[in-house]
Amino acid sequence: MGQITLKQVTKKFGDVEVIPPLDLTIHDGEFTVFVGPSGCGKSTLLRLIAGLEDMTSGSMDIDGMDATSVPPSKRGLAMVFQSYALYPHMSVRKNIAFPMRMAGMDQAEQDKRIEQAAAALNLTDYLDRKPGQLSGGQRQRVAIGRAIVREPSAFLFDEPLSNLDAALRVGMRLEISEMHKRLNTTMIYVTHDQVEAMTMADKIVVLRAGVIEQVGSPLELYHSPRNVFVAGFIGSPKMNLIEGEEAAKHSAASIGVRPEHIDVVESGGMWTGTVGVAEHLGSDTFFHVHETGLAETITVRTEGDIMLKHGDTIHLNPRVDLIHRFDAQGLRIE
Amino acid sequence: MATQHSRSAARLMMAPAVVLLLGWMLVPLVMTLWFSFRNYLPLRGGDLGWAGFDNYVRFINSSSFWPSVSTTLIIVGGVLAITIVFGVLLALLLDQPMWGQGIVRILVIAPFFVMPTVSALVWKNMFMDPVNGLFAHLWKFFGAAPVEWLSQASLTSIIIIVSWQWLPFATLILLTAVQSLDGEQLEASEMDGAKPLQRFGFIILPHLSRAITIVVLIQTIFLLSIFAEIFVTTGGSFGTRTLTYLIFQRVLESQNIGLGSAGGIYAVILANIIAIFLMRIVGKNLDA
Amino acid sequence: MARNVTTQRKIINTTAAWVIGLLIFFPILWTILTSFKTEATAIADPPVFLFFDWTLENYQVVNERSNYGRFLWNSIFIAGGSTILGLIVAIPAAWSMAFVPSRRTKDILLWMLSTKMLPAVGVLYPIYLIFIKFGLLDSVLGLTIVLMLINLPIIVWMLYTYFREIPGEILEAARMDGASLKSELLYVLTPMAVPGIASTLLLNFILAWNEAFWTLNLTAAKAAPLTAFIASYSSPEGLFYAKLSAASTMAIAPILILGWFSQKQLVRGLTFGAVK
Repeated sequence: MGQITLKQVTKKFGDVEVIPPLDLTIHDGEFTVFVGPSGCGKSTLLRLIAGLEDMTSGSMDIDGMDATSVPPSKRGLAMVFQSYALYPHMSVRKNIAFPMRMAGMDQAEQDKRIEQAAAALNLTDYLDRKPGQLSGGQRQRVAIGRAIVREPSAFLFDEPLSNLDAALRVGMRLEISEMHKRLNTTMIYVTHDQVEAMTMADKIVVLRAGVIEQVGSPLELYHSPRNVFVAGFIGSPKMNLIEGEEAAKHSAASIGVRPEHIDVVESGGMWTGTVGVAEHLGSDTFFHVHETGLAETITVRTEGDIMLKHGDTIHLNPRVDLIHRFDAQGLRIE
Repeated sequence: MATQHSRSAARLMMAPAVVLLLGWMLVPLVMTLWFSFRNYLPLRGGDLGWAGFDNYVRFINSSSFWPSVSTTLIIVGGVLAITIVFGVLLALLLDQPMWGQGIVRILVIAPFFVMPTVSALVWKNMFMDPVNGLFAHLWKFFGAAPVEWLSQASLTSIIIIVSWQWLPFATLILLTAVQSLDGEQLEASEMDGAKPLQRFGFIILPHLSRAITIVVLIQTIFLLSIFAEIFVTTGGSFGTRTLTYLIFQRVLESQNIGLGSAGGIYAVILANIIAIFLMRIVGKNLDA
Repeated sequence: MARNVTTQRKIINTTAAWVIGLLIFFPILWTILTSFKTEATAIADPPVFLFFDWTLENYQVVNERSNYGRFLWNSIFIAGGSTILGLIVAIPAAWSMAFVPSRRTKDILLWMLSTKMLPAVGVLYPIYLIFIKFGLLDSVLGLTIVLMLINLPIIVWMLYTYFREIPGEILEAARMDGASLKSELLYVLTPMAVPGIASTLLLNFILAWNEAFWTLNLTAAKAAPLTAFIASYSSPEGLFYAKLSAASTMAIAPILILGWFSQKQLVRGLTFGAVK
């Protein structure tokens, strides 16, 4: 079990309100991702759930029991830190055993769980090493192993992949997702990387300045962003946001078109412009188009084999039914 | 981690250290301040009443005050100059690749661990003694008349002894600073066409400036109060009476507590002026 | 800077560094050598460097005649006692400042340091009076307390810089792993802090051992440590080079050895973390 409910939770550091009153329910077994730019309060929110920070006001339930003033060690949650936070003076085995030792579990059961976790995480050969002798990816695995063995009601991840290089990050992303499918335990995962959010989450919580901008599945957020901020934050490359006259044509204060929803045509089209930088990725090509008569540079995502170069004229046709419209407050117009 | 509970526990755990240091600082300082305004002569009648600013004026006007200030400045300045210049050179040398670097380092650091009374006595007797000292033998070997170091060249002698004690400190800190210099910066300046001397002037010296400042400040604070070196060599005679030593003599030798205390307050003020600069640097570093 | 240096360059560096290093070390070396000479050889003209009849006689004489053992014991007691007392007071303080910092932490740290800058001579007489009043003059206990107080800022400061290097996340991880405050301090913090505490202990032992203002001014016969014992050789009638050397060697040898172990921590301890 691992249902977590936050009710009217706030957090102030001195006079600064980091989290204004906030309500959120995370269902049992759900993979929830908190995403947002740095300083948006996502880590603070996670630390409030962990109990590492006191709430200024509000309350929190875990499985229907009030956990607001329960110390972190008694909440039954496990956390994986950004720096991994391994105990440098203990071997890998002792690191993984630590939470079980604290719980006073008997030795045979400890050994069994360590063997299982090590096998699942490819750590069997490293159990007697110290963390200092491991690579970044291995340390990450130890941190996860330490979290798994105590069979928590929920896992908390604080930007766990940000210290890994790009290739490893993709691998670990898959491993964590698979672990979630296998264990079916609640996971709360904090990241600033919207790709991680989109690929891993059952439910994404987009945060800005401590305020929840939108909660939904990855595709809900992609298809119907509730406001301009979410529209710009989710999706890569970023959505083109256009203001002014062009938006007025669609009776909106601003409109948004995703780069993949603009077609390159031979002639005609809604906008005609000049290719600035062309980024060829092989599978895709991104064109950054200027001089379309719009104030904004338009980014277009096309198939890989369109061979336009810098300075070429390009004709663009956005798919009108996929244009997002926003009002003057930045809210979505349905 | 910053929860209410841990915060009150933290205050409780800090209390003993804070209370002890507060007492250690305030009680004697207030007493010194009090005595400095009294005519207090324990051997000649004890506390003879209020003196106003008399002690402060008399201390400054006494014939030994200005010589003691200049003696202090010469010693501090001389030792600083020697230790910084040789410290920088030595640090640069020790940073070079060589055989037995660890052992050389140990040799250079060793004088720092010698207690001040030992180093003063060893220098005084075994090096600077005009009859049996090694310097006397050396001078005679070259056909010169031995120098009576501690009476004829007393200040120079003290500066040599104290510099020998503090050179390791300067070298060690400057060496640490040299080693933290980013090698790529030097390579970049080399690519930009800087010659060795220019690299020293434009890259290395500016990089060391912070460390040099810290060495100057810390050494100044300690050098202002050197005591044992003078106590066991000249006992303050032959023009080696520093401000610290003068106050010591007023207080313990001539037992003029009022006068000595006024001098003590001057010394406290002087040290504080330097300490403020040091605190600023240390404080800035705390934020980083 | 991983660049190959010519062997020739390296030979020049090595020679220069060794010559200078030996020159700086020479007074200590000379003292040690002299301690093994007879008084006559010690003042021989020209001086004898290595080829003399080595003798241990001076050490015996110093030991028997001057009650060296008592001075040594006083030094050990005062330096060790003041350091351990200081650690007992400083460890909790440094722990709170490093792991539960408040807005005032920085000011408190700087203020503590500033007490270290107070010139001793400015408070000599009050301390003298207080010592007489409480019967602490020429007592080992009194000196231990004073040296504890003058080194307390450095102890707090060094521990603080060591503790701060222990990432807070590791302690939080322990809390998330179900550790109580007691197990957190016992199983996680202490093992990680032991090296820092050890080097703080070492450096402050050295500083207290060599302190030569209060030890000279607040002791007479009973509580005098080695600093004062050596100073007694400055009187002209006590002028025996070989014996002075033997006494000096005994006074500095233990600390030289300890000092070589602590050289890595010296910079941190003496610059208050301002040079890294």
